[in-house]
Amino acid sequence: MDREVAIIGGSMTKFGQRDAWIRELLSQAGEACLEDAGVEPDDVDHVYVSNMASGEFEGQGGIMNAVAHDLGLLPAYSQRIDQTSSSGGAGMYAAWQSIKSGASDMTLLVGGEKMTHKGTGDATDIIASITHPAEYKHGVTLPSFAGMTARHYLEKFDAPRESLAKVAVKNHENGTRNPKAQFQKEITEKKALESPIIADPLRLYDFCPITDGSAALMFCPVEVAEEYADDYAVVSGIGGATDTHVVHERDDPTTMGGVVDSGEEAYEMAGIGPDDIDVAELHDMFTILEFLQMEGLDFAETGEAWKHVEEGRTAIDGDRPINTSGGLKSKGHPLGASGVAQGYEIYEQLVGEAGERQVDAETGLACNVGGFGNCVITTIMEAR
Amino acid sequence: MSMDAIRCPNGHVKYPTHPRCPECGEEPVETIDLSDRTGEVVTWTESTATPPGVREPNVLAFVEFEVDGTPVRALGQIADNADVETGDEVEPVYADELREPGVGLKPADADQEWDGYRFRLSQ
Repeated sequence: MDREVAIIGGSMTKFGQRDAWIRELLSQAGEACLEDAGVEPDDVDHVYVSNMASGEFEGQGGIMNAVAHDLGLLPAYSQRIDQTSSSGGAGMYAAWQSIKSGASDMTLLVGGEKMTHKGTGDATDIIASITHPAEYKHGVTLPSFAGMTARHYLEKFDAPRESLAKVAVKNHENGTRNPKAQFQKEITEKKALESPIIADPLRLYDFCPITDGSAALMFCPVEVAEEYADDYAVVSGIGGATDTHVVHERDDPTTMGGVVDSGEEAYEMAGIGPDDIDVAELHDMFTILEFLQMEGLDFAETGEAWKHVEEGRTAIDGDRPINTSGGLKSKGHPLGASGVAQGYEIYEQLVGEAGERQVDAETGLACNVGGFGNCVITTIMEAR
Repeated sequence: MSMDAIRCPNGHVKYPTHPRCPECGEEPVETIDLSDRTGEVVTWTESTATPPGVREPNVLAFVEFEVDGTPVRALGQIADNADVETGDEVEPVYADELREPGVGLKPADADQEWDGYRFRLSQ
């Protein structure tokens, strides 16, 4: 069965420090998505719930069952999707597969995470538990990998430290235009460069915060989409790839193989190239990751992404805006929600519902990175 | 205690060990102990926000060894959080507890070693 896969609605909760626990966050986004798409609960065939660690964070399992039950979706097929920080992107992949294959005619994807009730140390440990035991025993954290990679990038390509701060400044500025973002305040380059060191040479403002939140998207075949919406988006390309579990085993610390491989797959499926992408959401869990993804997706030559940022080309009024939503940096990063929220931002840009963040875009891309590039999903969407 | 890497029939050298060579899928044919060799710091960081049971700060580095002309890298703590720079020559030094067992998410008896090798500047 060769069907085109459409996205006809979406939603996200406010990201930030929330009182709601995981079940409530997921059902808030799911309910809002049903309403936005104009879909009745009875019409949902499959529901996928992207989440990394509800068990570790709050001792709650079975959340796909909870969402299906709480939203009246029974007896829909339900599944929880965990691919660490790229659980949301993996959910996009699963939802796309369910429609593409003909297994489902209406699929709800909800991603969410509840994190802020844990202290930074405990949350960092839950996230660091994805590492290989040979890494974990040294007390490595994801921010430490970012620090080592950033140093290597700056030394290898003679890039200025300030260029990383400019990524944070840009994404914070975009966040001021997003009422759902965790942070809605601009920062200065000076403030970023003088913030406390977290993993030298990276400082506090090079990192995304710990966040509670949820986001959702509704998928169906294009023929069905025509019944529900005048404007919608299609998933024209999607690719997923896995890199080494042990980060130091990669040939080049500044190349994320999963980004390159998933990007190539998505470009090939969509039949387009990097020059055709009008707007992109990249996984800026750390500022350095925005450079690595720009280069891995061929938006910039190797070692030159920092120049694009310095020249303002990735700003909201630049030739290819990146992270109009504020990115993970400013919008926040509730692990399982992030890939879905990236897709939601691209969807809103394509259907013209991005409000103050609206750019002129027909084609958009989202790159969702799990671990430190360990698993990556790249999705290309086009306006219809 | 040793710091074991594997070599496969195609000459790939990988640390830590895997049941199959991550590069070509062949079964390893040899174990190589890196603990008595010297390596070079590829990059490093000083982490100031560490998880429960981990020393704070925690200086970490990627170190590259060479085994018969083939590079192989390892991640490790820098002993005594000493000042290091990219390009420094370092050597492994055994530590019986790299982080406190059982304090973080993983139980003390998990699939997890707690001892291993730090790196110190070559003497």
